[in-house]
Amino acid sequence: MNLTLKVWKQKNTNEKGRFETYHVKDISSEMSFLEMFDVLNEQLIAEGKEPVAFDHDCREGICGMCSMVINGRAHGKWEQTTTCQLHMRAFKDGETIVVEPWRASAFPVIKDLVVDRQSFDRIIQAGGYVSVNTGNAVDANAIPIEKHMADEAFASAACIGCGACVAACPNASAMLFLSAKVSHLAMLPQGSPERKERVMNMVNQMDKEGFGSCTNIGACEAECPKGISIENIARLNREYLGAMFDGGSKNAI
Amino acid sequence: MALNSKIPAGSLEDKWEKYKSTCKLVNPANKRQLEVIVIGTGLAGASAAASLGELGYKVKTFCFQDSPRRAHSIAAQGGINAAKNYQNDGDSTYRLFYDTVKGGDYRAREANVYRLASVSANIIDQCVAQGVPFAREYGGLLSNRSFGGTQVQRTFYAAGQTGQQLLIGAYQALERQVALGNVTQYSRHEMLDIVMIDGKARGVIVRNLVTGELERHFGHAVLLCSGGYGNVFYLSTNAMGSNVTAAWKAHKKGAFFGNPCYTQIHPTCIPVSGDHQSKLTLMSESLRNDGRIWVPKKQGDNRKPNEIPEEERDYYLERRYPAFGNLVPRDVASRAAKERCDAGYGVGASKQAVYLDYASAIQRYGKIEVSKQGIANADAATITKLGKEVVKEKYGNLFDMYAKITGENPYEVPMRIYPAVHYTMGGVWVDYELQTTIPGLYALGEANFSDHGANRLGASALMQGLADGYFVIPYTLGNNLADDIRTKSIPTDHPAFVAAENEVRERINKLMNIKGTESVESFHKRLGKIMWDKCGMARNEKGLKEAIEEIKALRKEFWSNVRIPGEVNEYNPELDKANRVADFLELGELMCLDALNRNESCGGHFREEYQTEDGEAERRDDEYMYVAAWEYKGDSNFVMHKEELNYEVVHPTQRSYK
Repeated sequence: MNLTLKVWKQKNTNEKGRFETYHVKDISSEMSFLEMFDVLNEQLIAEGKEPVAFDHDCREGICGMCSMVINGRAHGKWEQTTTCQLHMRAFKDGETIVVEPWRASAFPVIKDLVVDRQSFDRIIQAGGYVSVNTGNAVDANAIPIEKHMADEAFASAACIGCGACVAACPNASAMLFLSAKVSHLAMLPQGSPERKERVMNMVNQMDKEGFGSCTNIGACEAECPKGISIENIARLNREYLGAMFDGGSKNAI
Repeated sequence: MALNSKIPAGSLEDKWEKYKSTCKLVNPANKRQLEVIVIGTGLAGASAAASLGELGYKVKTFCFQDSPRRAHSIAAQGGINAAKNYQNDGDSTYRLFYDTVKGGDYRAREANVYRLASVSANIIDQCVAQGVPFAREYGGLLSNRSFGGTQVQRTFYAAGQTGQQLLIGAYQALERQVALGNVTQYSRHEMLDIVMIDGKARGVIVRNLVTGELERHFGHAVLLCSGGYGNVFYLSTNAMGSNVTAAWKAHKKGAFFGNPCYTQIHPTCIPVSGDHQSKLTLMSESLRNDGRIWVPKKQGDNRKPNEIPEEERDYYLERRYPAFGNLVPRDVASRAAKERCDAGYGVGASKQAVYLDYASAIQRYGKIEVSKQGIANADAATITKLGKEVVKEKYGNLFDMYAKITGENPYEVPMRIYPAVHYTMGGVWVDYELQTTIPGLYALGEANFSDHGANRLGASALMQGLADGYFVIPYTLGNNLADDIRTKSIPTDHPAFVAAENEVRERINKLMNIKGTESVESFHKRLGKIMWDKCGMARNEKGLKEAIEEIKALRKEFWSNVRIPGEVNEYNPELDKANRVADFLELGELMCLDALNRNESCGGHFREEYQTEDGEAERRDDEYMYVAAWEYKGDSNFVMHKEELNYEVVHPTQRSYK
């Protein structure tokens, strides 16, 4: 199939960006969306032009590196699918596809479609862990955990940290990302001792990074490639309120 | 230079215990003065950096991705082995050790493997303590599954995302140390050289991939945790960015490279669909637990799989290897698939595929569910429906992935699979302490050569990465740094840093100034084709000799005709890739040389000249029971050193899974 691409080009963080139009030919429906971009870039290099920069690594939907807003939707139109797993079967011959980077002030554009997501690392640094040094552990089966709780915790832990939730949210809120981590650890006994200061500190850090607030729109859940449920945000709110009223935030920074 | 593997004296069971009790220690105040550089933040790097940070060392981590959490350990699907014997099915440290040595076709170092097996149980404890959500049974305790090459159930898992969950656990431990100020992390940075001062590794030159600037970083020690080099084949299950650069730079500075030809071809990957293919996707080996592998009994059978009756199917693994069946080790399964396809029994459009069929597992699970739920006289549709639900719970994410990539529904139609490059057992040579032949330079995880011999068993890569990072390096590094406590931080204006940086800059400028006509990608593809055709699943003398010449020619062409767009001092992914491909073009030659030298077949290294009558690998223990450790002496000039392997406990035999 032949396609027209309108792709965001931006030299670096400080310069203004713009849409550039490209045409690609003979795209196979078997290709992944990123393989179509490989074709585009090879073509641009052959023409002596600059290729489009985009983030990608594992190309099997798990590393969380790829990040494109495709026709207005984070990771494109397939449900629960990362850009790298979106295949060209999803498009028709002659179609025009608009491709943009994640847009959020907490994710500054580095170049073209590449954004800086270190704010996510800093949110985890604020408390997204269990404080257990290597060597401190008891026997794994000494901590039995109800199967359905373990499964729920796993479902939250499945977040790949790609940032699609932020890109999809009109407020550029990071609540789904943050709530997935808070939930994962709050649902397990291992995470329990630190749950109060964890939630306070992580929320504080999210605000500091310049992410917006949650107004229950639900676009995050709809666009999440891993199906992280918005129930996590409800759980986050409960955890946060609980921590506030309990004075348990006294260890919070 | 004679290789000293520094294996401690004493019986196999006592070596590590004795080492830990007698190794030198560094007191906490001194640890704060000692700086450690960690290259790569996968399971090995993140676990090492976190553990060393906890101990009080000043650590710096570097990764080329935008966050440490992206490292390719994240993509490991099936599980992690540990000798917990929770299933009471006869597992033990010894048995895990034995299976690993046997699985590696008797080309691994006994002492290392035993240590790996003995710390395996601690890994599971540590990960659970961190909150890694492993799969559990209804009683609340951990669940296990089977994996290839073993007859016990010792694999712990988190659906098909075990690597992700383990890496997130290690990443979180790492971020905690970053928050505490013990670790400084540098993302989008790539190591481009080791800095040597007085014969020791004392730092690195890295490139900030966002600005293109070169940076100098000092360390009392440098840890390479940079993964494997499967991408030398272009198409592999590795991430697009996975590369050999850090290891190769170390090699060129004096670190020997061990067994470069040992590459693992994974039997269950989604087949290539066309020339556009940029990478291959693995379907977890755990699928072989329940799936059955077959091809039609008739050559060139073009019927749809569901139209081929049971008696016209050849379940060739079950036929050839009744004891292990579909659970034979990876090298055996891969070769068997290639054999069938080469003989004309392959399926799908390309005929380079075999079927992995879940129909009988769906029926089996369906019947169990029916009886669990007390449904009397269940009809076939109910059994199938319930069976599919069980399969979905166990393997749902893998099935979804298959459906997205191929557009076919694996619950209804057997999956098509074919072997693909997956893991490299070879790597930087290390001694028992994980130190390379360069003092102060260590290699952990897939980057080293040490524990898997000529073939790695499934679910053992995660185990090794975390064993090295959490439980080995914290001891062995201290033992060596204890002698370094008087060494002050060396300022990075030291001439050795200046010289190393200049060397890197010159090479980058040289690359940029070629201004040829062919893209980096195109050269990489051409290299991959040579490697796959001539140094892939089956190798022979003629092909390897040709490959060496072809690679040399291709390298020459690369250095005279590559086209890299953009500038040096900006975000330039094409330049990053060129740096990596330039190194693959040198490594490829060494791999072929090593494969040519090894006149035997063992594990993942299959030389067509050396096979038994029924097509199994023929080892030649009398001549080749050694690690080939290659020293770099200059362009195309490598000298081999041998580390003899002495089996004191296990008696090598012809590996049999029949």
